[in-house]
Amino acid sequence: MAVITAPAPVKAEAGVSSKTSRKLRDNLTGHAFLIGAVLCFGLFMWFPMIRGIVMSFQRTRRGVTTWVGWDNYVRIIEDPSFWVAWKNTFYFTGLALLLGFVAPFFVAILLNEFRHAKGYLRILVYLPVMLPPASALYLFKYYAYDPSEAGLFNAILSAVGLPTSEWMQSSTMTIPAMVIASTWMNMGGAVLIYLAALQNIPGDLYEAAELDGAGLWKRIWHVTIPQTRLILALLAMMQIVATMQLFIEPLILANGAGTQDAATSVVYLIYQHAFVQNDLNGAAALGVIMLLVLAAFSAAYLRLSTKQD
Amino acid sequence: MSRTLISHAQLQRGRGRFLYWALLGIVVTAFTLIFIGPLYWMVTGALKSGQEIAQTPPTLFPRDPEFANYTDAWTQLALGKLLFNTFYYAAGAVLFQLILDTAAAYALSKLRPVFGNVILGAMLATLMIPAMVLIVPQYQTVISLPVLDISLIDSPFAIWLPMVANAFNIFLLKRFFDSIPEEIMSAAFMDGASPLRTLWSILLPMSRPILGVVSIFAVTAVWKDFLWPLLVMPHPETRTVSVGIYAFAAGTPQNVVVAASVIAAVPTVIIFLIFQRNIMSGLTTGSLKG
Repeated sequence: MAVITAPAPVKAEAGVSSKTSRKLRDNLTGHAFLIGAVLCFGLFMWFPMIRGIVMSFQRTRRGVTTWVGWDNYVRIIEDPSFWVAWKNTFYFTGLALLLGFVAPFFVAILLNEFRHAKGYLRILVYLPVMLPPASALYLFKYYAYDPSEAGLFNAILSAVGLPTSEWMQSSTMTIPAMVIASTWMNMGGAVLIYLAALQNIPGDLYEAAELDGAGLWKRIWHVTIPQTRLILALLAMMQIVATMQLFIEPLILANGAGTQDAATSVVYLIYQHAFVQNDLNGAAALGVIMLLVLAAFSAAYLRLSTKQD
Repeated sequence: MSRTLISHAQLQRGRGRFLYWALLGIVVTAFTLIFIGPLYWMVTGALKSGQEIAQTPPTLFPRDPEFANYTDAWTQLALGKLLFNTFYYAAGAVLFQLILDTAAAYALSKLRPVFGNVILGAMLATLMIPAMVLIVPQYQTVISLPVLDISLIDSPFAIWLPMVANAFNIFLLKRFFDSIPEEIMSAAFMDGASPLRTLWSILLPMSRPILGVVSIFAVTAVWKDFLWPLLVMPHPETRTVSVGIYAFAAGTPQNVVVAASVIAAVPTVIIFLIFQRNIMSGLTTGSLKG
């Protein structure tokens, strides 16, 4: 195609070449096109970000706002629930990573090998993602995790001769039970993304590996995983950030804190402070702490993942 | 179709062929049980009496189906209204995102105003901030908008406007627009088309796949969100389905709550089954290649 270099003499204004006038026009209209999104970002992202940090150092009593330094942070950290909430959140995130990050990868590998019923299987895996979260969680709460033998999980366990569990009533099973429900609800998204990534792997790589005598596992280890590394890394990060924000599972499955605080999460604590105890400043401080933890985490992660290159 | 982990030849011969069909059979059965099983349990469980629910071992079919649970759920929870609200918020969120985010992505990709890259950077930086961290100051903003001092509580704008601040979608749209050749733009400008007209009649028709993906993301985000609508839509008349069911669950019999959960799930499941081809291809190809 011919390159358009000669400035066409259209609408040339006196003294200004058409190129400059277009540039000026683009600049004005460019900003006009941006304004809506920029306002929304300003109102709901950039400004709240600053406001949250400011609020965490203030205290408002009877409409009077004063600076209190680190008081909110001290109060939040001294709350015994603080450490419990972090412990639970990390435990949930770790388990959810193990289950919700690794399992979809192998499901995707499996689905990618099938040449029949592929569409049906994909729909099945994605179906729970389309349920309203409250629907799925009440299903688990009332039917699957019923602590008596009438519950779905206990009925299955006792049918195959395994000991039953009290699920949400047992402080040790609370978090694994929340991870199971959450993985069932959400894994479809990850499976679809992995499937897309797997389809982009050139077949000759497997061919070559096979000729070199690589068995099934070696092919997964030396071809599939390196070829999907970027997507794997991205989803691991997304999964960590998403699971750290654990909230609706404790609220619905465990009625909030759960048996002996077994379900209390950091975000649940933020919610408690802000909207139950009316301690907005404490909640803001907790939000800032969470932001710092996640930022430190992301930084460490980025460093690790770039070092390998 | 190119080969995958296991070669076609291996799958078509003797032992490979047997293993393939055996594995396929196991996976289809297991997945059906794992993903449809609970849904079947939910639909039929809501038909059982309280007595039958508590029975061991559980019954596979309800003995005397109590359809009243479903009608009770519909009327007691005003599910019609809740469903309407949720769809209304989702539709508005799609509209606002499509208009404002597309305009922004177009400006950043094609018009490139001064400070455009700074603005894009500031937008992308918000991807690092988990939504829940900002929940308190965002809520403060909604109670009283800065400068204007208007409260958005119980107003659909409290859901629509924050949805526009979605850096991921702007990034997706911008990348798509970047891939549209500059010559097409120059040709349009040379014909005297205004930027708006170029966007409307040239760029947008070429961008259908990505607009579909952004719309799916917007609908799912509204559908799945819980804490935010719980906070900003406190009035029973303005609630979303998820929040409405949660708000009623405490004082309502289990079976009615589950019946409500089933009804709430039906519309999206139907929509999903109708559009699953588009949704699947949108999610797998449009957005995440490369």
